[in-house]
Amino acid sequence: MSAVVAEHDDHHDHHDHGPEKGLLRWIITTNHKDIGTLYLVFALAMFFLGGAMALVIRAELFEPGLQFVEPQFFNSMTTMHALIMVFGAVMPAFVGLANWMIPLMIGAPDMALPRMNNMSFWLLVAGALLLASTLFMEGGAPASGWTLYPPLVLQTGAALPFAIFSVHLLGISSIMGAINIIATIFNMRAPGMTLMKMPLFVWTWLITAFLLIAIMPVFAGAVTMLLTDRFFDTSFFDAAGGGDPVLYQHIFWFFGHPEVYVMILPTFGVASTIIPVFARKPLFGYSSMVYATASIAFLSFIVWAHHMFTVGMPVAGELYFMYATMLIAIPTGVKVFNWTATMWKGSMTFETPMLFSIAFVVLFTMGGFTGLMMSVAPSDFQYHDTYFIVAHFHYTLVPASIFILMAAAYFWLPKWTGNMYDEKLGQLHFWLSAISVNVLFFPQHFLGLAGMPRRIPDYAVQFADWNMVSSIGAFVFGFSQLLFLYIVIKTIRGGTGEEVTSEVWEDASKHSLEWTLPSPLPYHTFTTPPKEIPTEHF
Amino acid sequence: MNDDTKQKNRKLVRNLVLIAVGMFGFGYVLVPIYDVFCDITGLNGKTASVAAAETAREVDESREVTVEFVTSLNQAAPMAFRAETYKMKVHPGQYYTVNFYAENLTDKPMIARAIPSITPGQAAEFFTKTQCFCFDEQSFEAHESKTMPVRFVVDPKLPEKYKTITLAYTFFDNTELTAKKQK
Repeated sequence: MSAVVAEHDDHHDHHDHGPEKGLLRWIITTNHKDIGTLYLVFALAMFFLGGAMALVIRAELFEPGLQFVEPQFFNSMTTMHALIMVFGAVMPAFVGLANWMIPLMIGAPDMALPRMNNMSFWLLVAGALLLASTLFMEGGAPASGWTLYPPLVLQTGAALPFAIFSVHLLGISSIMGAINIIATIFNMRAPGMTLMKMPLFVWTWLITAFLLIAIMPVFAGAVTMLLTDRFFDTSFFDAAGGGDPVLYQHIFWFFGHPEVYVMILPTFGVASTIIPVFARKPLFGYSSMVYATASIAFLSFIVWAHHMFTVGMPVAGELYFMYATMLIAIPTGVKVFNWTATMWKGSMTFETPMLFSIAFVVLFTMGGFTGLMMSVAPSDFQYHDTYFIVAHFHYTLVPASIFILMAAAYFWLPKWTGNMYDEKLGQLHFWLSAISVNVLFFPQHFLGLAGMPRRIPDYAVQFADWNMVSSIGAFVFGFSQLLFLYIVIKTIRGGTGEEVTSEVWEDASKHSLEWTLPSPLPYHTFTTPPKEIPTEHF
Repeated sequence: MNDDTKQKNRKLVRNLVLIAVGMFGFGYVLVPIYDVFCDITGLNGKTASVAAAETAREVDESREVTVEFVTSLNQAAPMAFRAETYKMKVHPGQYYTVNFYAENLTDKPMIARAIPSITPGQAAEFFTKTQCFCFDEQSFEAHESKTMPVRFVVDPKLPEKYKTITLAYTFFDNTELTAKKQK
């Protein structure tokens, strides 16, 4: 068959049908927009499930003493909250955004491998359900912390193999998603869309996808070793058989440190997309942003043992991992200064997506600074496994990744649905979230510095006041997110009724291709490649 | 999507899948790498698992190093386990023997294994044992107790900065594991 005929066939294909009718559409769809929506809806559902678990934790910690739950169940909650938020909420939400936006931003008709795209979503659902089902098993859900350290994790009851298989499924799903994203970016770009003309969201996802392919198999290997240690008499991590439990920690953090950048790099990408639009300026330092992202990704592979300073390491090792970790502050600093410089002397307006993005820049920087504090090996001995580390990584995930996901939803919802969200409610949601998230997490710095250990359902009475404040913040933050759910549903159902232009935001079409398309987006877009590539972001 | 792009996609996907499979293997390769790395650097304080030959060494009478003994039980091991002394001062180059005492507290025979560890880890390569109950699995009859000698020498090349070496043993009840392996 000649190439000309093939092209014609394809063309024909794409124009002939819209979405399937009925529910079956969502099960068999291979359309990148449908799958993007599925990922986002699923992530939001998991966000509420994981959030409910967080509220169980904060309710128990509202006062000293044991109030509501058994200590074992409490530990299951901290473990499952983390696993569900990481693998069920934040990662899938960004994959959802990638599915929706990458083809639109690079002028491609769809993802490169649409059928695999469908499969990776449904594997994610299977994996997450398997993980959630461990809550109802004999012996309870895993309660070892999300790091699944042996020998503690090997004491898990019937849930252990199920939790491990769910990690396998989630890993395969992420790897398939990552392969799809790389193939789309490498092979599906519109003519003229060179790599260094791609919007930063696309760049950050390209790098994230490579991280995922490199690390998810390592994690799968580590949990497989746990599985064989428990059921097939291997001794990878069992000292009695000649193994070493510390080895698990090395393998886990070889995965685990890049994993936290899997959650933050796409966050950087979305922030770099939104801030220029509302500052009405090109992004400051585009190429330095690209190189900074790549440097952070590279550095993430050589700093893992900073999670293990207290495990025992020669001084030379502590020094190496300390300095290597500090290096990460340089490319990250480049990014923060670039965002600030983008806003500098811009004609800024403060719609909801921009408010969330500015809060991200400020609060993420704070989370970054506490990370820098902990990179100092001798100080880390005090912070290790206290609420200080809990405050640190929640600052880099909640008012960073989660806030940027909120910003992305407000930013692109009008484009996706053709309806405008309620700006007043959006701003109310922002202020409620921004204030309560600080009430929730800021006091945890104090608790940690004063020595309150994490992952324990009870605490000494001197920690009572700040725990109460933190719990109040948690409940306000949690219930504020119901407002977000309401706003999203209202927007899908017609929103404010305002007419939405194809640009939605003033001059947005100068920044990225999706704003040159009509709102709401038709089911198929860029069946013929765009003629002009926007260059404003340089 | 034309044939050309499909071709390119196929090739790229194949390569990426290979990377993923390779990284799964890399996770397993980390196991021997870790062992070798620890062996060279003494990172995890593991000592040699076979007895060294007792050769005459030059004794450094001018120097004293404190050797401490720590005994512990893995939580599943129903045993009593202690060293006859908690610490002793030794001259590098001279051989010493210290007795350890272990007892099976159950009514059944037991196979147990002691895992040694040296702190600081980097001192491990300067600590040599010519006799140790940790080189083999130990079998105990019901309620049997044993006195087990450990003969060791501290290498005179031990860097000056190490004044104290701690030798820790943990006993693991390996009865079930050994039974399974013999099947």
